[in-house]
Amino acid sequence: MKATGTVFKYGDNVDTDVIIPARYLNSSDPAELATHCMEDIDTEFVKKVQKGDIIVADKNFGCGSSREHAPIAIKAAGVSCVIAETFARIFYRNAINIGLPIVECPEAAKGIEAGDKVEVDFDSGVITNITKGTSFKGQPFPEFMQKIIAAEGLVNYINAK
Amino acid sequence: MGMTMTQKILAAHAGLDKVEAGQLIEADLDLVLGNDITSPVAIKEMEKMKVDGVFHKDKIALVPDHFVPNKDIKSAEHCKCVREFARRNEITNYFEVGQMGIEHALLPEKGLTVAGDVIIGADSHTCTYGALGAFSTGVGSTDMAAGMATGKAWFKVPSAIKFNLVGKPSKWVSGKDVILHIIGMIGVDGALYKSMEFVGEGIANLSMDDRFTIANMAIEAGGKNGIFPVDDLALSYIKEHSDKPYTIYEADEDAVYDEEYTIDLSTLRPTIAFPHLPENTKTIDEIQEDIKIDQVVIGSCTNGRLDDLRIAAEVLKGRHVADGMRCIVIPATQKIYMDAMEEGLLKIFIEAGAVVSTPTCGPCLGGYMGILAEGERCVSTTNRNFVGRMGHVNSEIYLASPAVAAASAITGKISCPCELK
Repeated sequence: MKATGTVFKYGDNVDTDVIIPARYLNSSDPAELATHCMEDIDTEFVKKVQKGDIIVADKNFGCGSSREHAPIAIKAAGVSCVIAETFARIFYRNAINIGLPIVECPEAAKGIEAGDKVEVDFDSGVITNITKGTSFKGQPFPEFMQKIIAAEGLVNYINAK
Repeated sequence: MGMTMTQKILAAHAGLDKVEAGQLIEADLDLVLGNDITSPVAIKEMEKMKVDGVFHKDKIALVPDHFVPNKDIKSAEHCKCVREFARRNEITNYFEVGQMGIEHALLPEKGLTVAGDVIIGADSHTCTYGALGAFSTGVGSTDMAAGMATGKAWFKVPSAIKFNLVGKPSKWVSGKDVILHIIGMIGVDGALYKSMEFVGEGIANLSMDDRFTIANMAIEAGGKNGIFPVDDLALSYIKEHSDKPYTIYEADEDAVYDEEYTIDLSTLRPTIAFPHLPENTKTIDEIQEDIKIDQVVIGSCTNGRLDDLRIAAEVLKGRHVADGMRCIVIPATQKIYMDAMEEGLLKIFIEAGAVVSTPTCGPCLGGYMGILAEGERCVSTTNRNFVGRMGHVNSEIYLASPAVAAASAITGKISCPCELK
């Protein structure tokens, strides 16, 4: 499985409050949440994002609130993958549980800029910066988590057991 | 190689003699928690699972607290969804408006969280119960759904950082100052994926409410959990509030820690986190300029307990908030509200020009009951000062203790109670 898209780039400590502000948490509809995705950090995001695009960020992406609405909004906005130097742990779990592909890779986070075209190969963990002609090796998931991702989330994984 | 306190609790709940950092385990859950924002998503996910109801009707707690009493129609629909799910599944621990409180103050008070438990909650501040020697951690809605259905959750066994607390904090220094100091020292990802294990003789000088505050904000350092040893004070709290069986776990003497810090509580000063991260801390002495403020919030799962209100009342008694100041006091539970009333604290707040609200998370996450306009500043006893957290993206939140918040409400600028005439 591969993802290819244009990169939206953010810095350290992107918190779940800016990913999806609490004033919109009176809804749990993915499509509605997607219309406010990243609103408090980047008002242009929802206007520009195309299906398949990729978010790249520095350390501690998704810190703060446990709201699963954050990865749901990102996924529903069409984002195919989030690459970061590190992820906050609840966001990390939530992304896996809802089937939003994420990759931890400090080198990729540093070597990719906004607007770059990037390809992620989830089987090999290789991230290719097509624009710059560089590539990086992401951290592969433990086998247990790969099974959850392959089942497209924890619910399907449990149902299949 | 020995195990940390957290590792021992996880091993016991996974049916294993020994676990080590990095190991993936499946653990039995003693309690699964959700609120009015996270539970509706979990309920929807659980309905997709091929399961016949919840794993145990007494081991699930549903607490509508974020947007209740319902702030708008959509919130009302969410609460209705949770209420109907609770009825359908005969959930014992569903707390309706009138009985509810802010979840992390309410559950220990109701005796639902005791030493040795493994608890997950679809709320990041679920780590609060570590104050009672439980392993408790925040998760998302899908984990909550799986927990409600199966009574189990998967965990990666965390490594730990040890914080050795020594000495006695001085007047006006509380648990909030301790945890803000620590977050300022290690950063908002300083404990990422790890346990924060608090030890040392200084713990004896911290009240239970101080310890709840410290464990509550472990997540603001990225921690998986924060945990305290179970001493006489914790034990008497558990016995007073609960008849649930408890188990006391202690870290092995040869347990391995990634890092160790010693913190002399006697040297700490009132500490304030500046916008827009909890790690941007300054002590009150390091603030040279006048930082004028528009609003003060005293409450939340971090600082809405009785000790917090007592300290705020001590500062506000016989004084009045500054002209134009909005001071919002939110007791965290109905019991705390009642106790504060009986002790005369609510009268002190109202006479000082503050408003007292029914329990709600409201303003902490920019829900309602104290939203900030563009350019406004708030001193808040809550836990996060992210961009836009309490309202407009161009508003500012300064995190502080109840003592500093109350003093600041009086002067209209960030102040220490020690400066008040």
